[in-house]
Amino acid sequence: MPSFVNVEKCDGCKALDKTACQYICPNDLMVLDKEKMKAYNREPEMCWECYNCVKICPTQAVDVRGYADFVPMGASVVPLRSTDSIMWTVKFRSGQVKRFKFPIRTTPEGQAQPAGGFGGDPGLDGPVLFTEPDSLGCDVWLK
Amino acid sequence: MQNFETVKVETDLLILGGGMASCGAAVEAAYWAKKNNLKVTMVDKAAVDRSGAVAMGLSAINQYVGLKDGQNTVKDYVTYVKNDLMGVARDDLVASIARHVDSSVHLFEKWGLPIWKDEKGGYVHEGRWQLMINGESYKVVVAEAAKNHLGADNIIERVFIVGPIVEGGQLKGAYGFSVRENKFYIFLARAIFCAMGGAVHVFKPRSSGEGLGRAWYPPWNSGSSAYFTLKSGAEMTCQEVRFIPVRFKDAYGPVGAWFLLFKSRATNAFGGEYMVERRSELDNWKPYGHVKPIPANLRNYLGMLDVMEGKGPIYMRTEEAIQKIADQYKGDDKAYKKKMKELESEAWEDFLDMTISQAILWAASNVQPEERSSEIAAAEPYFIGSHSGASGAWVSGPEDLAGGTPYFWGYENMCTVKGLFAAGDASGASSHKFSSGSHAEGRIAAKAAVRYLVKEKPAKPTVSDDTIKKLKEATLAPLALFEQHSGFTSQIDVNPNYILPKMFMFRLQKLMDEYAGGVGAQFTTSKHLCERGLELLGMLKEDSKFLAAKDLHELMRCWENYHRMYQAEAHVRTILFREETRWPGYYFRADFPKLDNDKWLCFANCTMDPVTEEWKMLKREIIPLFKPASDHELLGG
Ligand SMILES: Cc1cc2nc3c(=O)[nH]c(=O)nc-3n(C[C@H](O)[C@H](O)[C@H](O)COP(=O)(O)OP(=O)(O)OC[C@H]3O[C@@H](n4cnc5c(N)ncnc54)[C@H](O)[C@@H]3O)c2cc1C
Ligand code: SF4
Ligand code: SF4
Repeated sequence: MPSFVNVEKCDGCKALDKTACQYICPNDLMVLDKEKMKAYNREPEMCWECYNCVKICPTQAVDVRGYADFVPMGASVVPLRSTDSIMWTVKFRSGQVKRFKFPIRTTPEGQAQPAGGFGGDPGLDGPVLFTEPDSLGCDVWLK
Repeated sequence: MQNFETVKVETDLLILGGGMASCGAAVEAAYWAKKNNLKVTMVDKAAVDRSGAVAMGLSAINQYVGLKDGQNTVKDYVTYVKNDLMGVARDDLVASIARHVDSSVHLFEKWGLPIWKDEKGGYVHEGRWQLMINGESYKVVVAEAAKNHLGADNIIERVFIVGPIVEGGQLKGAYGFSVRENKFYIFLARAIFCAMGGAVHVFKPRSSGEGLGRAWYPPWNSGSSAYFTLKSGAEMTCQEVRFIPVRFKDAYGPVGAWFLLFKSRATNAFGGEYMVERRSELDNWKPYGHVKPIPANLRNYLGMLDVMEGKGPIYMRTEEAIQKIADQYKGDDKAYKKKMKELESEAWEDFLDMTISQAILWAASNVQPEERSSEIAAAEPYFIGSHSGASGAWVSGPEDLAGGTPYFWGYENMCTVKGLFAAGDASGASSHKFSSGSHAEGRIAAKAAVRYLVKEKPAKPTVSDDTIKKLKEATLAPLALFEQHSGFTSQIDVNPNYILPKMFMFRLQKLMDEYAGGVGAQFTTSKHLCERGLELLGMLKEDSKFLAAKDLHELMRCWENYHRMYQAEAHVRTILFREETRWPGYYFRADFPKLDNDKWLCFANCTMDPVTEEWKMLKREIIPLFKPASDHELLGG
């Protein structure tokens, strides 16, 4: 059922001001069942398996089970995302396990500087954008 | 029905959507707005950190020209794009994006996006224009810069934009609703930037069970850009130019790294290589059949011919590609092992960064790419003007490139509607901008929008309470209809008084698939099929007033499918209008099976009257900005 929630691990994000998985899903699929205080994917067949709910869940309660209409059973792909890298554990149907680690960003979270340290003070007329020509490393091409 | 509060937001520049183009627009607009004391507001149906087509991440930046190091010229890029689109592209728009795109890429790097570097410190290229990245957090990083510049207070998330407010022929703003709380939104703006992505699920996807959502294009972009610009009265272009990617079958994992980085071949089930065996077919599509690289739709087409002849499945020969690399390291076991480890990690990262489903499918099928090939296949049609499709609004070029031609009417990326700007998937005839070019185009358009505000000083729009009341009623009608009738039957899904959005979507998909050349029709259509399709679309449109929703989430689904329906109609009408086949591999007009350069080397445009919804079709000239490329250049030399 694309993303699914492990009921034992989900605590309904009660320590947060909003439910993390519900906040992030680009397709508005994750919802909190307020009676059970458990989240669930309300439209599994509209899930892109983008893993954003999986990556953001503070209790690692969300997982993905491949689409039942074409994916054989028994595999899992599990991420662990930190502030600068992501670690993936890929478990095959055969039981084989592969692990991969990739960097995700080179700056501290939240610190992206809009102008990127580039100068430039062009006028409102003409095509030169606010960090240019510095951010281009050369003059803006004109015909 | 429960009470819905009406929230009124007044602003100078309204940014619709929070994807790549909008984040570019936001970061640029914030700078110019501060200087000119203007207010900018951005609205997205989702959370900007992870919204749009880059929500999952990407493994490559597909447009980088390399201007500063003289790797390529702006003109090289224009030639490439125009050839790939079989001659149909706007030189001015493609050049405008190409001259700024590197600037966006350099900013991404400063913001924190890891771009692969070689030993000398240069970017690692996947192909001539593509850079390899560790792109899991691509969207997070790009959104962060936009947010930091615009300020969190100016960003409204989880509000779905339903449509434009047009009164007396004047575009005044947009309306929509929150998908989280009972709030109806009215946005009044002096200028609007529209970039709400392309569209998927207009056509029936290959997987129709749980895998329905695993289209190549993300299920959350549903034609809102096309609807918004059309319904504002804007002229649209290239509505026939859909995109069909060939990807690893079913999960649609990327093939770029395998083709470009690992130099893999694709063969049919008999080991035949359609790109070689069917080379003579390319003569039928001259001059584009002879350019390098061969246009994407023609590559698709040659593979499809194999499939239609029963020579499938088509395989990506991963085992062969890896063996070839191994051969280079013969005798040096250690170096070979190291190289293999590197390659394996690169191949898996390609999936894990942007199509995790493909990693699951390989793991679940015990695929070892060094041992056996994997199937590739053509997906279903999508509308994505920023990629290899071209559909979108018809916008003005920049003055220095387009001035004095019919391509220029005042401000870069302004639609034919005053004060309405479009970029990314929302603007047409400027394909191959991808993530980076969409961002750059958003910046170009935002600066132009601020210039428009400063120079033209458009008045603050006002709307009457009566208009607001009518829009609110129409927006919430599906909730009211459900409440009124759902008690009538014992099972809420089946009710003669309404149709739920999912079935409405299936009805649209079935008719598009069968009449407009979807997967089920082998991407083939004709005049008669299109006409019958339009008839069925007409009835679907009439029935759209019976769309019903039980909650806010379903209300969003109602409006998404309403938007898809207009994208569908624009598509069918334009296919019908263009009496030729120009992009075999994307679609085939059985009654006009050939390229017809005398009559159809032009743009096929359309408009819809916002009030009467009457359509007009028109041809627009292709004006070369540069002298036509010589044969030598066409061949990649
Ligand atoms: C599967 C796939 C793979 C790709 N791979 C690459 C690649 O490797 N490299 C590369 O450079 N490019 C790639 N691209 C292209 C790139 O993703 C797009 O070019 C780019 O995202 C287009 O930007 P955009 O702003 O037009 O649309 P998007 O980035 O999709 O943004 C659209 C925004 O509009 C919002 N929205 C939609 N409807 C509404 C509504 N009604 N109300 C409010 N908000 C709404 C969405 O939430 C979203 O924020 C890929 C695209 C796809 C689909
Ligand atoms: S983010 Fe995790 S813990 Fe929080 S509601 Fe969702 S599944 Fe439960
Ligand atoms: S995997 Fe993505 S689309 Fe699916 S529920 Fe999670 S966040 Fe939503």
